[in-house]
Parts: sequence; C-alpha cells; structure tokens
Amino acid sequence: MPLLLTEEQSMLRDSARGLISDHAPVAHLRALRDSRDGTGFSRELWATFAEMGFAGLLVPEEHGGSGLGAVEAGVVMEEIGRTLMPSPFLSSSVLAASALTHGGATAQKAEHLPKIADGSRLAALALDEGAKHRPLHTAMQAARSGNGFKLNGAKALVVDGHVADLLIVAARTGGSAGERDGLTLFLVDPKAKGIAIERTVMVDAHNAARITFDNVECDADHVLGEIDRGYDLLDGVLDLGRATVASETVGLSEEVFGRTVAYLKERKQFGKAIGEFQALQHRAAHLYIEIEITRAAVLKALQALDTDPANAAALVAVAKARSGATATRAVQEGVQMHGGMGMTDQFDIGFFMKRARVCEELFGDANYHADRLAQMRGY
Amino acid sequence: MADLETFRREARAWLEANCPPEMRTPMTSEEDTFWGGRHAKFSSEPQRIWFERMRDKGWTVPHWPKEYGGGGLDGEEAKILRQEMAELGARPPLTSFGISMLGPALLKYGTEAQKREHLPKITAGLIRWCQGYSEPNAGSDLASLQTRAESDGDDFIINGQKIWTSYANYADWIFCLVRTDPAAKKHDGISFILFDMASKGVSTKPILLISGRSPFCETFFDNVRVPKAHVVGQINRGWDVAKYLLQHERAMISGMGERGVGRPLGQIAADAIGSDGQGRLDDALLRGQIATFEVDEAALAAAAERMTDLAKAGQGHPAFSSAMKYYGTELNKRRYELLMSAGGIDALEWESTRSREGARPRAWLRTKANSIEGGTSEVMLGIVAKRILDLPGA
Repeated sequence: MPLLLTEEQSMLRDSARGLISDHAPVAHLRALRDSRDGTGFSRELWATFAEMGFAGLLVPEEHGGSGLGAVEAGVVMEEIGRTLMPSPFLSSSVLAASALTHGGATAQKAEHLPKIADGSRLAALALDEGAKHRPLHTAMQAARSGNGFKLNGAKALVVDGHVADLLIVAARTGGSAGERDGLTLFLVDPKAKGIAIERTVMVDAHNAARITFDNVECDADHVLGEIDRGYDLLDGVLDLGRATVASETVGLSEEVFGRTVAYLKERKQFGKAIGEFQALQHRAAHLYIEIEITRAAVLKALQALDTDPANAAALVAVAKARSGATATRAVQEGVQMHGGMGMTDQFDIGFFMKRARVCEELFGDANYHADRLAQMRGY
Repeated sequence: MADLETFRREARAWLEANCPPEMRTPMTSEEDTFWGGRHAKFSSEPQRIWFERMRDKGWTVPHWPKEYGGGGLDGEEAKILRQEMAELGARPPLTSFGISMLGPALLKYGTEAQKREHLPKITAGLIRWCQGYSEPNAGSDLASLQTRAESDGDDFIINGQKIWTSYANYADWIFCLVRTDPAAKKHDGISFILFDMASKGVSTKPILLISGRSPFCETFFDNVRVPKAHVVGQINRGWDVAKYLLQHERAMISGMGERGVGRPLGQIAADAIGSDGQGRLDDALLRGQIATFEVDEAALAAAAERMTDLAKAGQGHPAFSSAMKYYGTELNKRRYELLMSAGGIDALEWESTRSREGARPRAWLRTKANSIEGGTSEVMLGIVAKRILDLPGA
C-alpha cells in the first residue's frame, strides 16, 4: 500500500479542513478560553461535525457510523491540530468508540454506539492516575461486591471528563500496580453516587478533569470486555489514541512551521527579511525535514493499525515519540523566530506551544515510547 | 491487487529457492559488496552464485526496462521485491554507481544508442563506473569546475583534475563534468561526458583517509581524446544532467541511514555491555540514546518509502532528495557514534584479526564523509531553504 492518502482520504481531509478552518480557527479556542466557557467546546459546532459524519467515523455502519479506520481518524485529528479546535472527537469518537466497538457486548454497543455516532452522547476514558502515563501502574480498585463491583480511587487528565455522559474507567479487579493481568474496564454513569468531578483548567485551554470514586457501585453487566483482561482491549485503544494524537501533533507542527516561515519572509531587520539570514534558513530547513519525516512515520503507524497489526505497536511507539519531539522543536523555534511577538498572548503561536505540551503527555511522552520500542526490540 | 499478491508470492518463493544462505546475513565488510567491472572478483562462491542468478533473472536492476537489461518491474512490483528481499535479509547482488547514479541520468537524457550501449553492461556487472564531479577548487561550489574539453574535429581533448573520485582506481569508465565553453556563465558552459578510464592520458592516485583506507582518488586527465558522441544531453547543457544525477546520488547516500533490517543497534550494544535483571541494556543513558536513535531510524525508513511513493504518484518535490540526504547522513553518523560507544575499548583496535582489522573504527571514521560527499549538510539545508521553503536570498 502506498504511504500516501487515497483519493477518498484526501476528500475527507478537504471536507474536515473546510469545516474546521471556516468555523473553528484559533480565534474560536481563544474566545472559549477568554469567556471561561463552561462546556469548553461549541456544542453547536459539534452537532454540525456529527451531521457531517465525523463523530461516527470509527463506529461500525450497523451502529450508525461510517466504519472507517485509523487513517481516517488521523486525517481528521491532523486538521483539528491545525487550528486547535476543541471538541470531544478524541475522547468520544476515537477512544470510546474504539473501546466499545472492540470490547463491547452486543447490548452495550447497541446502547452507546449509535449515540456516540450521532454526537448526542459523549464518552470519556478515565485511565491515568499519576503524573506520567503509566497504564500498567493503574492502582484504582474495583472490589467485588454482591453481584457487581465497588470502585475506589482517583483519575486525572480525563479528557472531556466534566462534560461526559459516560465514563470508561480502568480499575483493578486483580493483580497489583505494574501487572498486565487484573485490569478491568467499566462503563460508569458520571452521575452515579460517590463520583466527584473537578474540571481542571489546563495550560492549553482544552478540557480535562480529575475524578474521584468513593465506593461507586457498578453492575457486572457494566464491565466492558473481559474481567481481568482489560489491558488487552486498552492496549489497542491506547495505540489508536497515540497514533491519532501524533497526527494532531503533525497538523499543529506544520501549522506553526507555515506561520513561522511566512514571518521569516515578512519581518525585516537590518534592512532585509530575516529569512535571508543563513542561521535562520538552516534551522527552518532542518525543522521542515523533521516534520516531513514525522509525517511519514505517523501515516505509517496509522496504516499499520488498519492493515498490519503485528507491526502496529512498534510503529505507533515510533510515531508518538517522533511527533512529540518534532512538535517540541516546532513550537520552540516558532516562538523564538517570532521574537518578542511570539511571547505575546495576542499572537497565536503560544496556543500551539501549550497544546503541544499537552499532546506530548497524552498517552505517553517521547521517552515513554522510546523505552517501549527498546523493550519490544529486546534491549 | 490480486496480481501483486501473486507477484509477491512468486518473488518470495524464487528468492527462497535461489538466495544462498550465506547471502542472507548482514554485510560486515567491504568485501561483502560486489561491484562488478572488468576486474571484478567475487569474495566467495555464494556471492558469485547469487549475483549470476539475479543477473539471469533480470533483478540486478529490477525496475529498469527489459530492453536495457533490467527486470521491467513497475513501481509497486519493485517495492514488493525490495520488501521481500529485506524480509529474507538478502544482500544486494550488485552495487554500482552505474545503477544508482549514471543509469537514471542515461534513461532520462541519453540517446537510444547510448542507452543500448551502456545500460546492459551495468545490469550485467560488466562495467564499473566512477563519477568525475568534484575538483580541488570546486567542492560545494561544484559549477565552478575547470576541467576543460576543447573541440578537435569529432572529438574533445580533455585536460584537468578531479578529486574525491570514489574508486576511480577500480573503475572502467567515468561519467565526468567538463567545461566546454569557458566564456559562458559558470552553469552554462558545462557538458556531461562518458569515457573509458583506460584511455591514454588518464591516471589516478588514491587518497589515504583518516580511516586508513583509500576509497577516493585524485584523477588526472592529460590530453584525453573522447568522441563528441559520448556527451550525454546537449553540449553545454550538462548542468541539467548533473543536477538530475545528484538527486539520485543523494537518495542513494541517504539510504545509508536506513538499516531497518538486521539486528537492532540496541541488541548489538547489549552483546557488548550486557543486560540488567529485567533484560534492559546495562547502561541506562546509552540505552535511551539508542532507543531515540532507533525511533528516528524507523521514521526515516517510512519517509524514504513515502518519497518513493510520492515520486511514483507524480507528487514528489525534486529537491526532497536533499532533505533525505541531510537527514540520512546525519543519522548514519549518529549510528556509528553509538556503535563506538557500545563497543567501548573493543571498538578501538585498529589492527588485529579479532577486530577484523579495525572494521568498526574504520567504518565509524568513513561515515564522517557522508555529510560531505554528494553535497554537504550545509549545502543540503541551503537547497531546502531555497527550493522548497522559498526563503529570500537563499
């Protein structure tokens, strides 16, 4: 398969780009931030997004979606990255849709997937607990209680956690922190007794929450997938999340880079465009090359998720590690080359720097994934 | 798609049946590369068998047209064959500048007679080519070259000196840039010409490098007579051919950074240094550096694949090979720095059977030329800034 977008995928990109650039330029995020918007995204725009089929991109056709794959999800995420549009696409349409599609019982799919596909139900993944992404170190407890379970513990960086209608919660039914066995995923109603949700205002002005669970009761039929084998399901869901976040990061990096090169051509000092200085030309050229190589690595990972499962995990680790390092370089060069203007809130570049930092932490940073690759390769 | 799957199955079966086991192991020394040519020597019997079988199959250069000795494969088939060879660990049966550099230029700019004369001898490994580009005063500023070719009836008389001519002392023919119009602007008076290194007046002198080896030569031309019919493209338009060829040269050099096959660097390091109780390389900081390197290496392999696919789809940027050349060579230098670090004091031996006559340190030193030959890293960045980013005054 060529490492290029197909014609259909290019059309999808064009339609996502059209919608997003028209309705959600960076000014859209800025307005939501400045008004301290309670929802953190535009429900009206999300409805339009769903009408155009984006919310149900990964949901199988029999449940009202389009049944498309990782490449298509990545294409949409890249466009989101270009303007930093806040939306529940990652949490609900990618992570939750994938978890339910691959792990859901028939009744669970029928209950949730059509509503995720039409955008009317938002679902969020509650996984991370500590400062760093360490899924195996999940410690939250799900103790057996009667016919069901009692959940106790705390989750952080639950993307869209305060607006979610459904939580997918990872907790221990066995084993201890660090072990693969013993993790189980639960479908939890965020309004259930014992749940406290604190919206956390984050550096990037995107949605996140801390959620505590105090003896939250959960029926056995709300288990998603197999008891104690939740990591098998979670692994694939996380890799999809990693690859699509990497794709968002490529869009973000390319946008920052485009704006920076434009500025190099326009800004004059010492009587000439600063882009004439070789010191800046070489740094810009280097950054361009890094972005292009990362773009290829990310598309390779997305394609592997769809068609080459045996190699997907290693390629996703490569893509996530590369995209974080590339974006970090892109936003730092972006601010530096914009000079004092790059430091102002009035200028958009800072928004990209902030979002890049969050994307780097989401589902494992560059070090986490380089370490993962080393483990997979046996050293 | 069904046809491609059939092709993949058949190619795999043929390779399985025909590639000797000795030719499926990673190459470890210069003798493992077969260059062909009038004075070619095989370093082993399996190397000979493998070369001859691939030659007879037409797969020394799978993607060239059959009428010129190639395999006639289209882009997708050639990619599948590369993948299957990589999967098997099969070594390239024949390596040459004829394949990687001259061939593409002849296919684009050569006359029918030139193609029929030269290409089949490249695919059959009969003629080994060298490249006469750089001169003592024309390095990064290649177009300022001064080797002159003066008209004499149907011939040119060539005088001058080239430098950094890779393996000129082993080569049979040279593709050479010469100045045919000294009065024209520097890019407009250059011609691209082919001639036999056995011609009267050609001499070579190897240059000893920091690796203790001499892959490069000085090459001297003293009244060398060459028929004008040996010019490729138009007289005085040789710069077009030269630039086109450079794209292929840069793509070839960038390939040095792609070692997706074979043992991961981290495992090579673990052999030397050892592992901790959890199977991790017992040098945490080196392990991290190697893992980061392998991330970049895998990403570069994807980028190379994408570049080929973009070119096939007619969407490639002609200057992108400069981007890949830059990244691939810097990565290869990083690889050898890490290999030296992983080898520790064992990697410092220069002369011993144990060290295969210092194979690793010599290879490490050789890589330092990667970011100089074929256009320096700085020139590559300049090309990207000017031709792709369109930055002013670049």
